[in-house]
Amino acid sequence: MPELLNLLLVIVLLFNFLMLGTSRLRAVIDAAAAQGILLGVAYLAMHGASGFRALALGVAMIGIKGVLIPRILRDALRSQGIRREVEPFVSFTTSLLLGALATGLSVVFARTLPLAAEDANVLLIPASLATQLTGFIVLTTRRKALTQVVGYLTLENGIFIFGLTLIEAMPFLVEAGVLLDVLVGVFVMGIVVDHISREFSSIDSDELTELRE
Amino acid sequence: MNALLVAVAAPLAFALVAFATPSERVRPWLLPAAALCQLPLVGFLLASAGTPAAGDWIGLDPLGALLLGYLSVLFACCAFYAPPYLRLRRERPNRVFCTMLLVFFAMMNFFLVSQHVGLMWVTIEAMALCAGPLLYFNRNRRSIEATWKYLLIGSVGIALALLGSFFLGYSALHAGLESSLVLGDVTLHAAGLSKPWLHAAFVLLLIGYGTKMGLAPMHTWKPDAYGEAPGLVGALLAGGATSCAFVGVLRFYSVCVAAGDGAFARELMLGFGLLSMAVGGVFMVRQRDYKRMLAYSSVEHMGILVLGAAIGGAGLFGALLHVLGNGFAKGVLFLSAANIHRAFGSKSTDDVRGALRVVPASATLFLLGFLAATGAPPFGPFLSEFTILRAAVADDRFGVAGAFLALLLLVFIGMGATVLAVVQGDPPDPERDAGRGRPDLEPGRGRPDLAPGRARPGGERLQKLAPIAVLLVLVLLLGVWVPEPLATALWSAARFVEGSP
Amino acid sequence: MRLLEAALHLAVVLLASPLLLGVIQRTKARMAGRRGAPLLQPYYDLAKLLRKDVVLSRTTTWVFVAGPAASVATAVVASLLVPFGERVAPLAFAGDLILFAYLFGLGRFFTIAAALDTGSSFEGMGGAREATFSALAEPALFLALLVLVSLRRSLSLSGLVGDDTHVLWAAAVAPVALACLSLFVVLLAENSRIPFDDPATHLELTMIHEVMVLDHSGPLLGAALWGAAQKLFVQSALLVRILVPLPDGPAPLRWACFLAAVLALGVGIGLVESTMARLRLRQIPMLLITASLLSAFGIVLLVR
Repeated sequence: MPELLNLLLVIVLLFNFLMLGTSRLRAVIDAAAAQGILLGVAYLAMHGASGFRALALGVAMIGIKGVLIPRILRDALRSQGIRREVEPFVSFTTSLLLGALATGLSVVFARTLPLAAEDANVLLIPASLATQLTGFIVLTTRRKALTQVVGYLTLENGIFIFGLTLIEAMPFLVEAGVLLDVLVGVFVMGIVVDHISREFSSIDSDELTELRE
Repeated sequence: MNALLVAVAAPLAFALVAFATPSERVRPWLLPAAALCQLPLVGFLLASAGTPAAGDWIGLDPLGALLLGYLSVLFACCAFYAPPYLRLRRERPNRVFCTMLLVFFAMMNFFLVSQHVGLMWVTIEAMALCAGPLLYFNRNRRSIEATWKYLLIGSVGIALALLGSFFLGYSALHAGLESSLVLGDVTLHAAGLSKPWLHAAFVLLLIGYGTKMGLAPMHTWKPDAYGEAPGLVGALLAGGATSCAFVGVLRFYSVCVAAGDGAFARELMLGFGLLSMAVGGVFMVRQRDYKRMLAYSSVEHMGILVLGAAIGGAGLFGALLHVLGNGFAKGVLFLSAANIHRAFGSKSTDDVRGALRVVPASATLFLLGFLAATGAPPFGPFLSEFTILRAAVADDRFGVAGAFLALLLLVFIGMGATVLAVVQGDPPDPERDAGRGRPDLEPGRGRPDLAPGRARPGGERLQKLAPIAVLLVLVLLLGVWVPEPLATALWSAARFVEGSP
Repeated sequence: MRLLEAALHLAVVLLASPLLLGVIQRTKARMAGRRGAPLLQPYYDLAKLLRKDVVLSRTTTWVFVAGPAASVATAVVASLLVPFGERVAPLAFAGDLILFAYLFGLGRFFTIAAALDTGSSFEGMGGAREATFSALAEPALFLALLVLVSLRRSLSLSGLVGDDTHVLWAAAVAPVALACLSLFVVLLAENSRIPFDDPATHLELTMIHEVMVLDHSGPLLGAALWGAAQKLFVQSALLVRILVPLPDGPAPLRWACFLAAVLALGVGIGLVESTMARLRLRQIPMLLITASLLSAFGIVLLVR
């Protein structure tokens, strides 16, 4: 079972790279969706046997992170008619290298952390840190508001991976609440992005500079 | 399930009714109705609820009790301001506004009564999401920008807080304890928690909840959000949401104290507090937009709160008193600033002058609110700031006390310049002043409901002034006479945070 | 026995490599809905070219002739370092993987020099691109080989490939898979396949490899073509030996499986070429860096 978890986490990390390197907005959203599905599967693998509620939550997770949220984002994308991210503040190649550096550092750093016995061999902590850092890089270096939302989603995914270590402590109610909040958050952000594009006729966050000292 | 949830359910029920009500004129009145319902409800709950048992997800600790009462009063005053305000904004549908305002209030109450770290997170995120549509009420470019920044920065901060919550749970797991996320359980076993994870957890939680508070350097959403929000929303955000976030910080601080790591937490809070005060003061100098000035004032006051908590003991008492005083003062400031904004159609001191002549009552309230917020006696914040100062000196922390005083003076000067420019002088004359000022603060920019240019005297209704006056009286009362039950509540809250029985 | 196998090895690399080209072309044609040229078309092309005259420009020197010659020579010597159907390559020693990489580098150097020797700007442009992309592909190649080195603890290609690749896969699926993916990208890059270069284009501005041999004719062109086919064969052979464990049986069986696997890889290359378009030149470095990063990631997974 740790092998399955490790495999899923490796694929999640590969999707991080895809997200950092591609300029196609559709691919970025799809990468986030794929990560969500993989995390839902990981949750089911770790927790699915313990009853109907865990199963339901895992399926809901896959549904929300893998289907619903990406659909909201794709609709926002389609209503704007843009396809590609403009050259970000840090070039794509550089952000890819930054992401690789972040992944390497996460692996190294995770070995120095005091971990509970059962978590030492699994990739959970490194994958969590690396995904969060990827989310940060996407959030801060991209210009399009939609990509920033996907960066936020990736950040949440990374935090969620860490939460997988706490399976017993975070009962269903709270996980469901977290999931719901993320969903509504993305929904609200999607609406705002839509309004931004209508008001400013582009979703370059470079445009959002009217308010300043 | 638990009687305390009634405090959440009641506003939610009113929200549902507000959503279902078709009439645009009747709907705003549901807000004062909900507030009037809430006041006796909260009073009853405060009188009857006991301390939370360990393992309870919902419970009323002394801190939550204090804030619950305060919040109901603040909401009541703001709620009575809402109907006249919305009547003036009739060109805009107010269904989303009223519903979201009530849900926002419900979520704040929910936050105060939750005792589970995860539940706290869910409710504070829900608060932020409800505030989004509220900020966006004006539906112009500037509001969108403000809402976007608020949502993005707030969400990132809150995500860090979630990670911190997970670290807290992991610190128990690593120590071999049962990893529960109920605050009561965590505090009980605090001494055994794994220290590195606890430190990391507190840092992240402070940053995350500090973002919601608007501590520097995570405050960057504040000027935009408070600058563009309707005055009513600004008052609730500045007085309510930030106070709730402060409660969150204090709860985690108390876990650190119970674990024996209070000193580490206090150092951190001291740093953030001084930085926030400095940032607030510096940016207030030469601030021409008086609503953004209020935002920086809020940053500064959040710094004072965290500073007081860092000093501890009597300082914490002062900080808790300051929560109340600051909240009411902010209410006065935001609501009267909204009146002035409506009268002049502009937020910039380039265009707004002589408010005392144009809207005398609101301008007077604005001026008095400024005095209250900057800690002039006999208002409440003076008492709380003085208590904090005295605690710092008693602790031999002269450097901190000196910095505190200096920054307060800086804020007083900076804020005073702007406020006095707004209220004093002659009202502007459009022919005389054509061609000056900043285009982005042009009168009525993006606000088709405000007539640009000439100031409009009169138009002040008692309905819009009465709530502000009530808030002012409350601030005054806090400075002159702290009633015995309130003092007891403050002391028990302070003792609860610091772990002494 | 070893001598016999070595002779067979040489025969295969010299004679069977154009067949790989034919398989790729045929796959692409079938995917496009055409019947395509016969499988043995490259042989017919080589035979035709051998019969023709050479035309040498007056500006060229011996370097111009050395280009195709070096390309063939280096490819043949490099093939001797890679085990085909046998267990150990004819010329195996510790550190031969470095020689492997740089033999191809030598061949590339002479090809570029021959291109520059003509003094034409098209060839010069092609040479510049080839040099750049090969420089970027080199870390990818070495990092992929590093993954295998750290798993096998051997510095010889024969040792890396070993006799039991299924053990390799069982031990560390993800790193080896990533290394193979990197090697595949390097294979496409080094041999000027889509998405790096379109071998069927006739627009000189878009060519990389084709343009470098634009001025060669007759047997020289035939040699260049043959050298390219051998290079493709040898590099495919390396990838195939890592991917596919050969059965533990008599030599003819092993050789037959090996050839079948290489031709299957050819079909795979044809499929990849048919389904992708050529990348814009600005995006090629990105792809190569990604290949390097994938291998680096594989190494990180291994040493964790």
